[in-house]
Amino acid sequence: MSPARKVFNEGLWSNNPIFVQVLGICSTLAVTNNLSNTLVMVLGVTFATAMGSFTLSLLKDLIPRKVRMIVQVLVISFYVIIVDILLKAYQPAISKQLGPYVGLIITNCILMGRAEAFAAANKPGLSFLDGIANGLGYGWVLISIAFVRELLGFGTLFGLKIFGDGFTPWTIMVMAPSAFFLVALALWIANIVKAKAEAAAKTPKPKAAVPAPAKQ
Amino acid sequence: MNAPDVGILPLFLASILTSNILLANFLGTCSFISISKDFKSSMGLGLAVTMVIGICAAICWAVLNFLIRPLGIEYLSFIIFIIVIAGVVQMLEMIIDRFSPSLYMALGIFLPLITVNCAVLGVILFLQIRNYDFIQSVVFGFGSGAGWWLAIMLLAAIRTKLDKNNAVPAGLKGTGITLITIGFMAMAFIGFSGMIAVQ
Repeated sequence: MSPARKVFNEGLWSNNPIFVQVLGICSTLAVTNNLSNTLVMVLGVTFATAMGSFTLSLLKDLIPRKVRMIVQVLVISFYVIIVDILLKAYQPAISKQLGPYVGLIITNCILMGRAEAFAAANKPGLSFLDGIANGLGYGWVLISIAFVRELLGFGTLFGLKIFGDGFTPWTIMVMAPSAFFLVALALWIANIVKAKAEAAAKTPKPKAAVPAPAKQ
Repeated sequence: MNAPDVGILPLFLASILTSNILLANFLGTCSFISISKDFKSSMGLGLAVTMVIGICAAICWAVLNFLIRPLGIEYLSFIIFIIVIAGVVQMLEMIIDRFSPSLYMALGIFLPLITVNCAVLGVILFLQIRNYDFIQSVVFGFGSGAGWWLAIMLLAAIRTKLDKNNAVPAGLKGTGITLITIGFMAMAFIGFSGMIAVQ
């Protein structure tokens, strides 16, 4: 497998930030009751992770070990500020709804995690791809959760009505607990699919063991 | 802009119970899941987080109102806040090391982690957006910290029992069942919302 393909395979599935590393669920679960907010958030996180990893990988030989962490945080905050300013300028309504959660991308553990685990030991180009892969790996899980929460909680998708007037919204889906339940459910499905793939890989059949992404 | 009209006691109770920083706002979940395996560490981390959030809330309020707003540099606020948090954590580490080595031994490994705990930055961004005055900010800071502390201790206590249970399906073991437990805790805490509601 080429390095770039390996990076994407790891970010999207085998080392998925949510399923395997259990990182970054902090700030972003709060926005998953609405698909458009989630999409904006995912794009912001992907941008900040990719650019942050890229920059930190370029700087990795210049940063003294003692102040490494604070430099990482500062570089990441720089990109998050760019995201925040862009959002305020072009999407003021979404920026207002997201409130503090845009700024909280800074403390999203995925960004620090990738900077520390990948960018500190790899070339800038590959670190950039790794950031994108992890952002997207995180993104598809969050978007599937937001899909369920908005559909059942409001009866809408991207604000468009899906169900007729007879539909009773599930209030629990809008509230905080459902996010925890749905992440747990997604994790469960991912673990089952993984266990099956491993069992299939052990049998002598020369079948490809690349697992399909879990359906929500 | 004026501070919102919220009493001190309702604000304190709300930040612990109904608007719990962890269970209602999802902040600080990462370290919450990894640390709550162990009851003693949860206690230490909870105490450290409460102290850091309270002190940072006071300092950041001052920085926000005497530096950032008069100079009109709101676009730099994220960087300034994160520097303040890192500074406070570093200072606290040195002070505790100097005056109470036993407490330092207990908290030592957790202190640096707090810089990147989203709960700290989250509380500060909330107090900026909601425009709290000084007293409200400090009460909200300590209340949120106490709420986080309460939640992590409850979860750690539940997990010591849960880990002995073999009925949990293999795919849900560890993080999965913890998330479900947190979900139930969040539902229980939301039950308080008839009593007090502060946004």
